Amino acid sequence: MTELVLLVDAYLVDALPEIWFGAVMFALAMYVVLDGFDFGIGMLYATRDDEREKETLLTAFGPVWDANEVWVVAFGTMLLAAFPRVYSRVLADHYLLALGFVLALLFRGLGPEMREQRDDERWKRYWDYSFIGGSFLAPLLFGTLAGRWIFDAPTLSLPALLTGVGLVTVSVATGAAFLTAKTRPRLASDLRTYGIVATLVYLIGVVALLTTVVVTDAGGAAETVLSLPVGAIVLLSVVAGGGGSVLALRGKYRAWLVSALGLPALLSLLVALLLYPTIYPPTGLTVREAVVSPLALNLVTILGFPALLLVLWYFKFLYGVFSGPIEGEGYKS
Amino acid sequence: MFSTVLPDVLIQGWALQLSPELASRAQFGWTISVHIIFASLSVGLAPFIVYFTWKDVRTDDERFTRLRSFWVKVFAAGFVMGTVTGIPMSFQFGTNFPQFAEVAGELIGGPLAFEAKMAFFLEAVFLGVLLFGQERVSDRTYILSSVLVGVGAWLSAFWILIVNAWMQTPQGFEMITRNGMEVAKLTDPLAAFFTPRMPWMYVHMVNASVISVALLVAGVSAYIVWKKRDAAAWNTALKLAVIILLVTAPLQAVHGDAYGRHVADTQPQKFAAMEAHYETGTADLHLLAFPKSIDAITDPKAENLFTVSLPGVGSFLASGGDFDAEVLGLNEYEENPPVAMVFWSFRFMVGLGFLFIGLALWGGYLIYNGRLSESNRFLKTMIAASPLGYAALLTGWYVTEIGRQPWVIQGELRTSEAVSSTLSGTEATLTLVGFVVIYIGLILVALHVLRWLVEDELRELGAKVSDDDRWYGPVPKVSDDD
Repeated sequence: MTELVLLVDAYLVDALPEIWFGAVMFALAMYVVLDGFDFGIGMLYATRDDEREKETLLTAFGPVWDANEVWVVAFGTMLLAAFPRVYSRVLADHYLLALGFVLALLFRGLGPEMREQRDDERWKRYWDYSFIGGSFLAPLLFGTLAGRWIFDAPTLSLPALLTGVGLVTVSVATGAAFLTAKTRPRLASDLRTYGIVATLVYLIGVVALLTTVVVTDAGGAAETVLSLPVGAIVLLSVVAGGGGSVLALRGKYRAWLVSALGLPALLSLLVALLLYPTIYPPTGLTVREAVVSPLALNLVTILGFPALLLVLWYFKFLYGVFSGPIEGEGYKS
Repeated sequence: MFSTVLPDVLIQGWALQLSPELASRAQFGWTISVHIIFASLSVGLAPFIVYFTWKDVRTDDERFTRLRSFWVKVFAAGFVMGTVTGIPMSFQFGTNFPQFAEVAGELIGGPLAFEAKMAFFLEAVFLGVLLFGQERVSDRTYILSSVLVGVGAWLSAFWILIVNAWMQTPQGFEMITRNGMEVAKLTDPLAAFFTPRMPWMYVHMVNASVISVALLVAGVSAYIVWKKRDAAAWNTALKLAVIILLVTAPLQAVHGDAYGRHVADTQPQKFAAMEAHYETGTADLHLLAFPKSIDAITDPKAENLFTVSLPGVGSFLASGGDFDAEVLGLNEYEENPPVAMVFWSFRFMVGLGFLFIGLALWGGYLIYNGRLSESNRFLKTMIAASPLGYAALLTGWYVTEIGRQPWVIQGELRTSEAVSSTLSGTEATLTLVGFVVIYIGLILVALHVLRWLVEDELRELGAKVSDDDRWYGPVPKVSDDD
């Protein structure tokens, strides 16, 4: 068992704690990008009255939302596996926000599934409310929680609330981009407007958030915000958002989708930059201080990273099976 | 925190506000009770789905198309319920028991992360293909999807039970100080993953899930057959369910007996609570126990019970053959679990287990005589028995989880020390009420969905749906299945 003994004393590579910080943030990014457009679809659903259009929206995300949502569990459990103190403090210190978020997810998840079960108008309407309400509240509460975590700010404060609003608007933007790429021209051009407006509000929101952080030095992040990497992310976001909007107006919906999905990815990168090297600002705990012992981390690396690659392959397969625009009734079995 | 926003006054003035610990325990117990029903539905139904899908794709038999289509719908609804109730659970370790999450993080974090990455994703991704992708993938990939969904469900149970078994019989770690707190440091992964409890728990739990689903399938089939005798697919399903029960129900009893001995060895306090055994010494087995007073229900001390007992059999079971073996009594411990809940849950579970064996034998006898779908008494009994598998599964879970109190990690960490120190009674009570109300709604929705699926099926079969009367139409001779 000499190999095992080698695993005990030191990290496989010296930077493993940092790599795991990156892996956890990657899971967060996957969640924000993938379930983000699900939330967006849920919110845009509120703008549809026509039953056939509603069905189209549900069909667009029906086969994938469940798998998308699992990324939040992957994020949570990876955080627990590598940084147990951060996991426990983040959740315990934001008790109502965290449980409110998971209950919002519950209503979002049940809505589409349950409305299909009965051909009854009132039944369908209630589950529509559940779907729309859950799709709006989940990113709002998750974003607010993230804002509190990163900026060590109260719930009812600009940094926390703006983060929540940012997640809501970026979700609408990606949801609209996803739907326009999957649906017929008339519906697409209608949804496009919402997407463009949401993108612009999002960009304004991010600038407002970062300005607030610089002015108040929330979470001691002012210095980071004024650094070059953050500036680059903001610039890239503006390019992706603005450029995407232009592409959308020209009807280049697939290209718009790619640039729109870049927005939540950049947002997650921003979160990582604002946190590092501290991982829980309220206690000043750093990545190195919060990480588990070498054996535990080496083990989750050896078993977990290949699994993560396999998961990415599943997603490629899943999105491959359900690629292309929705025709008529969509992908019914 | 949030206290300035919420109508604190309303709740604080409320006589029922609970302590954070009690509310957290109630909330966790309640949410897992609901979650476990749906999670075990996935585990138990998975082999049925694989079998029906395989038969459907490989043969041109309409029976299996019907069965696959029906049970995949049940599986999908159950999976959604399992997901939406499971995600809150994965966060409750942090929200309500952060000290536990921090102390045990190194040991439980890995398995929980593997559960998400190796099992949950597998199930969620391929369920999408199974539900919506039949036209889009080859037959082979389609069957494979059903298999992968099943593998995902069984792997989920595996990783979750690694965590739970470790909490019952913890090993493979040492306590160290990190950031000013005593935490468990992983020292031996193999020992920590494959704890003594792990194989016992996995077999017992997976088998319990299969039994519960077999009873559910039998109950639904019996109902449809009762309404419409010539429903060939449902006669097949009923027969299949009975055959599966014939294997799994006796296995559970034999396995449970050996499992009991293992519990007596590793958690003597829990074993004593299961038998209401207070004085160390020879233990009797209370075959039947009646409380002498209401008090004895809540505190079933042996002397407060009228019992039909087998002298020394408790010792016999605990030791594996010795009627005089000394069994540690509850009086040896400073603090005990709520004995009544453990004692009566255990009796309930075991009683139901024997009932299932009886039902299986009855059904087997009817199959042997070729009268399975003709005995109204049997059909009605199976309809009535359809939720009982879950009743047994839940009470079994209570024996396991309540029986190990006051420990959250046996011998290492008390539940009272694991609860959040920043949590207020107001917050805890508020979310407890929220979970209770929402999850009751969820159960009602699930039952309605099942009812509608059954009604739709009856309608498609051309049977009478609207009232509870028998099907009075022509009753053709039952076709000879298989």
